[in-house]
Amino acid sequence: MTKHKKKPQASVAFYNNPENRALIYQVIVLLAIFLFTYFVLNNMFVNIEKRGINTGFDFLHNEAGFGILQTLIHYDESDTHGKVFIIGLLNTLLVSFISIFFATVIGLLIGIGRLSKNFMVAKLSMVYIETFRNIPILLQILFWYNVVLASLPTPKQSLSYFDTIFFNNRGLYIPRPILESGFIAVFIAFILGIVAVIFLRKWSKKRHEETGEEFPIVWTSIAILIIAPTLVFFISGSPATLDYPALKGFNFKGGWSLIPELLALTFALSIYTATYIAEAVRAGIEAVPKGQKEAANALGLKDYIILKKVVLPQALRVIIPPVINQYLNLTKNSSLATAIGYPELVTVFAGTSLNQVGQSIEIILMTMAVYLTISIFISLIMNYFNSRTKIKER
Amino acid sequence: MKLLKSVSLSIAALAIAATVSQADTLDTTKKNGYLSCGLNTGLPGFASPDSKGVWAGIDVDACRAVAAAIFGDASKVKYAHLNAKERFTALQSGEVDLLARNTTWTATRDTSLGLTFAAVNYYDGQGFLVSKNIGVKSAKELDGATVCIQAGTTTELNLTDYFKANKMEYKPITYDTSAQTIEGFEAGRCDVLTSDASQLYGLRTTLKDPNSAIVLPEIISKEPLGTVVRQGDDKWFKIARWVHIAMLNAEEFGITSANVDEMLKSENPDIKRFLGVTGNFGEFLGLDNKWAYYIIKEVGNYGEVFERNVGKGSPLQISRGLNALWKDGGIQYGAPIR
Repeated sequence: MTKHKKKPQASVAFYNNPENRALIYQVIVLLAIFLFTYFVLNNMFVNIEKRGINTGFDFLHNEAGFGILQTLIHYDESDTHGKVFIIGLLNTLLVSFISIFFATVIGLLIGIGRLSKNFMVAKLSMVYIETFRNIPILLQILFWYNVVLASLPTPKQSLSYFDTIFFNNRGLYIPRPILESGFIAVFIAFILGIVAVIFLRKWSKKRHEETGEEFPIVWTSIAILIIAPTLVFFISGSPATLDYPALKGFNFKGGWSLIPELLALTFALSIYTATYIAEAVRAGIEAVPKGQKEAANALGLKDYIILKKVVLPQALRVIIPPVINQYLNLTKNSSLATAIGYPELVTVFAGTSLNQVGQSIEIILMTMAVYLTISIFISLIMNYFNSRTKIKER
Repeated sequence: MKLLKSVSLSIAALAIAATVSQADTLDTTKKNGYLSCGLNTGLPGFASPDSKGVWAGIDVDACRAVAAAIFGDASKVKYAHLNAKERFTALQSGEVDLLARNTTWTATRDTSLGLTFAAVNYYDGQGFLVSKNIGVKSAKELDGATVCIQAGTTTELNLTDYFKANKMEYKPITYDTSAQTIEGFEAGRCDVLTSDASQLYGLRTTLKDPNSAIVLPEIISKEPLGTVVRQGDDKWFKIARWVHIAMLNAEEFGITSANVDEMLKSENPDIKRFLGVTGNFGEFLGLDNKWAYYIIKEVGNYGEVFERNVGKGSPLQISRGLNALWKDGGIQYGAPIR
């Protein structure tokens, strides 16, 4: 940079100096963008005002006055549009979260299956990917919704299992645990279990390094996490009761219910997104040099150990970036729920609320801001994960 | 400097574009050569395609009547099919110039959305459709029911009020279009479908077995359905309003699409003024003096339109009720043309 610090020659005018010129252009472009944005927004609000359309965010404090099918927190019709926004947001997050989980599991399995030596498994995985990837997601949502609805009986003829779990076209009903005060002991036992597992892991790793012996860490951990809280539960006198669903009038009441809209949406989103994740997984595994697998084979390692300890750790850094995109896509695709009436953000807030108050600009801006925030958040998390797993060059 | 020049030029152009006030709707419509009209996405009796794929219904005829008044040709309409959520934005933004989409006239909509309701082309009320096999005879027995509703309608709010007032609970399933609500109802996703009574009769005809469902006797709200225009263009508003009034007056005079040509020779001074033989009421509206003649010739009077689309001449078989002329016991009343 030092050589650029020379004074410009006298014959070159200030604005003809390439450096100054570049700077001037950038400032001008930036100013133009700012002016343009300001102009567009200002123009929009002036026009709206002129046409007598309400503006501002006061409507968020107004009573909503309509019911919502599924709410994660308490809501009734006298709550505000602001609360409707929260409810919609939570429902969006819920369906995205569940679907991302299943899409990842299915995607990983299918992606690995696609490369299996077993002909059947490999071909079936390929058929799965090619089928579900090439059908538009909206059609799949409608398909699953109609299949779910068409195949299920009415509440009065519900499928029932042990008279505690019921399945009908209004949803899946399961007993809901009602926790009593003594339940805190069970919770503490669970926390202690987690601590114990962490120590056990450290110990077994150390032992493995010193003696080379393997300790069944996974099974032991699961056992500790389940047995300890269960024991405490019974010792403290079963401090929880179950609220069983029961048929009352038109419908089942009590218990927890999973509505068919949520089921259909989860099916469609996870099955569809899994195809892309599977392809990312395949690409990642194929990106691992063949020699690595052959070397591991030569050492006599079992297939699943090779996959777990040699292939996947190296494949992850290729897999993660495209998977980030798929998580984002899935979250955004969840807005298609509006076609089947699942009450997520776009359905209840950018749908019903918008139509009740009519302030489309504010509501659409808020909704867009939500998806933008979610997207940035997911990509931050995944980028962090990515930087942790990439090859460390020393 | 070329780039800079073009940037500043385009900014200036935008600034000018923005200062031009909202154009005169009638002038733009005339210039375009067609009326852009917002309709339902499909609702028997109001706006739905017939066996030949031509859109027909009370709301379609409302659009066609305005086109006939402006152009003397009812076919000069471009339809936009809007769901409940889109309709107001489409009108506000100028995508359509007239909204005839079974839209309830309410205070909020008339005052805070920059819209004005021009006329009521159907007096309606909200009702309930239930399947016969659940054995319900009255809306009062619906405690705990699951209800299919169309998103973003006054229906949703009325439903809440009604169930609250009667201390009953319900679970709402809100779909985007009325076609989806009837599908949900048919699939058994809900026990009840609620909507304006006229829609219930229309939707019932689309069921595989229309006789499997009944409309409960309770009507829980007032739903004056009307045509809507943007606020602030009085000339356009008056056209939309007087086209409806003209159709009411025609029915009162006994002028139909069949006899309107003979009526031109009528000696009745009212009819002469109405059909533009004398006077200049059309010109006052900014239209051809024979505006009313064109409406009746091309579309028909209000009674004809009603009977053809939702009344005895249609599968819906709805009786005139409130929508009869004032002299027949209804509340449709056309202001005098003089």
